[in-house]
Amino acid sequence: MAAVMTAPVGRALSAYDEDVVRLFTLATVFWGVVGFLVGVVIAFQLAYPVLNLDLEWTSFGRLRPLHTSAVVFAFGGNALLGTSLYVVQRTCRTSLFGGPLLASFLFWGYQLFIVLAATGYVMGVTQSREYAEPEWYVDLWLTVVWVTYLVIFMGTLLKRKEPHIYVANWFYLAFIITIAMLHIVNNLAVPVTFFGIKSYSLFAGVQDALTQWWYGHNAVGFFLTAGFLGMMYYFVPKQANRPVYSYRLSIIHFWALIFLYIWAGPHHLHYTALPDWAQVLGMTFSIMLWMPSWGGMINGLMTLSGAWDKLRTDPVLRFLVVSVAFYGMSTFEGPLMSIRQVNALSHYTDWTIGHVHSGALGWVAFVSFGAVYYLVPRLWQAQRLYSLRLVEWHFWIATLGIVLYITAMWVSGIMQGLMWRSYDSLGFLQYSFVETVAAMHPYYVIRAFGGVLFLSGALIMVYNLIRTMRREIRVEEEPGRVMAGPVPAPAE
Amino acid sequence: MNLIKHHGKIETRASVLAILILITVSIGGLVEIVPLFKIESTIEKVEGVRPYSPLEQVGRNIYIREGCYNCHSQMIRPFRDEAERYGHYSLAAESMYDHPFQWGSKRTGPDLARVGGKYSNDWHVAHMVDPRAVVPESIMPGYHFLLEREVGYHDIAEHLRTLGIVGVPYTEEMIESAAADLRDQATPDADYDGLLARYPKAVVGDLDGRPNEVTEMDAVIAYLQILGRMVDFTDIRTEDILQ
Repeated sequence: MAAVMTAPVGRALSAYDEDVVRLFTLATVFWGVVGFLVGVVIAFQLAYPVLNLDLEWTSFGRLRPLHTSAVVFAFGGNALLGTSLYVVQRTCRTSLFGGPLLASFLFWGYQLFIVLAATGYVMGVTQSREYAEPEWYVDLWLTVVWVTYLVIFMGTLLKRKEPHIYVANWFYLAFIITIAMLHIVNNLAVPVTFFGIKSYSLFAGVQDALTQWWYGHNAVGFFLTAGFLGMMYYFVPKQANRPVYSYRLSIIHFWALIFLYIWAGPHHLHYTALPDWAQVLGMTFSIMLWMPSWGGMINGLMTLSGAWDKLRTDPVLRFLVVSVAFYGMSTFEGPLMSIRQVNALSHYTDWTIGHVHSGALGWVAFVSFGAVYYLVPRLWQAQRLYSLRLVEWHFWIATLGIVLYITAMWVSGIMQGLMWRSYDSLGFLQYSFVETVAAMHPYYVIRAFGGVLFLSGALIMVYNLIRTMRREIRVEEEPGRVMAGPVPAPAE
Repeated sequence: MNLIKHHGKIETRASVLAILILITVSIGGLVEIVPLFKIESTIEKVEGVRPYSPLEQVGRNIYIREGCYNCHSQMIRPFRDEAERYGHYSLAAESMYDHPFQWGSKRTGPDLARVGGKYSNDWHVAHMVDPRAVVPESIMPGYHFLLEREVGYHDIAEHLRTLGIVGVPYTEEMIESAAADLRDQATPDADYDGLLARYPKAVVGDLDGRPNEVTEMDAVIAYLQILGRMVDFTDIRTEDILQ
């Protein structure tokens, strides 16, 4: 069963620039493991504060931005850059604009950005803007890298040999353009000295808060949603071997999604000193956003029409399809939480953290895993993945991890929100703040173990991918055929 | 169908697609953000909000450096329980000189918008050195190293000048006396008159139990102790704030 066969396949010459895609794929997997690992560490720190070690470099306050940036920009970012460069070449039937040199500048430039940002966090260099923590000099560098990305992507679209631009590329393009706009405006700052690291943001107080959350929510909307929808629109139809369900739906939900998303930022500032009119606008557009979000989900899921049976036999497709289901779930939960009365309870609690992770683990990471499993055999000219059984193990362990994570955070978040506002029979606040902190402990332990499971799944993937890259094949029974036996004949 | 035919004009032209995307994603931000700079009622007119003293500003920078905002908000919402737990709901005016804002998004620990004056300086030192020594259930990391590190303040005037560029009304006098003010605020028995005239309500003296050095602990305590104390709410009625 577990015998290993090596399938020697010569590396075929490709008309496309694939070196850079291979590098981005490796970086995706590497940074994914780093990001998940740091996440597990800080999850345990919240359960057992002694793990902060009382050292400045290992305290939660410095490691949490390291975790968020590592998963969003390093893992997610490399996945987006890599897949977009793969998809744009194939759907435009042309090689990358600027050639391999510009592409490798993009790759190494982006990795330098990640390393500069990460080392800065550990040493306490931060702007304190969530998901935009790097200081001004790192922001300038990222701007250079991002413009290079835009040039490569736009240039490739312009020299395409297909008359139409494929729908996945609309989403990738919207992601690239909007992130450029958000990044530049949100990071406007004046450095104290040209040779120093410290800067002060151009805006203050309420204007600064809305600018940051206009950025922050659309980092979710365009980095973690539009970009990954681009991924979905290529890899789901490819892996299912079916066309996209509805072309018309993709047009409508694309424009509706990018128009509506940008308004949703103020829902992060409900009941704050932000004027009410802005809060109500943010809530209204967040609720409307539910529709185009589900438009994307329906288009992704219904692409499997007539091919649903493949879910039983193809664990890679299962990753992709379940990611779309998680996308649907978290884009329903999001509008719910943006309603002011719900937000009054959920804001400042772990419910938000759980919501983010149902999107980040269930949607972003799962669709990326699916894409990576799709890409690696093709990019390394392997006949197929080393083991589909291991993909199945990865899938179930990671899914169990997510379920533990988000249910623990629902319970802890809603419970803490209720404890903060509960009164005793004499009309006094029933709980001191620290009592509500103590009540979180069991859920923080459960959440951390959920994270351990998710990380373990990723390590199984790493092993599987390494064997695949060495073009080894594990001889094993096909998944979904465990109940082998005579098929009962249908009743006449 | 018409939709598909018309969209064909967009999706066969990359530059048209790019420009339409840029226009589509610009609208929401323009409508929501630009008016905040223009509508005068965005920031309430209340007395007392002043720029941070040099030591407070250094403390604020350390607060940011250590990522305190990851677990502590500085934004009290207008609910009964928050008013009883933390105090009067936060006004936009109270963070008008905050570059960047520190409203936060998560309360793993309590809100700090009005923590100033709630605890003694000694309590803060003990708490930051070893949080579980004073609050056994706390999950906060320890920050004993703040006590061991002196504040370097050779460039404090540059910091105030930069904050002036982005709109904080520091006067020339404030910038010139920045280094002296920074030192004096954490020095016992210094002459505080000028300092307190420039920065009313600043806490002064030996804040951290180490009288001969200005440590990072001094700076953080100076910052925490001014939070929420600039505006005096005793004579302010809600009708005065609403506009």
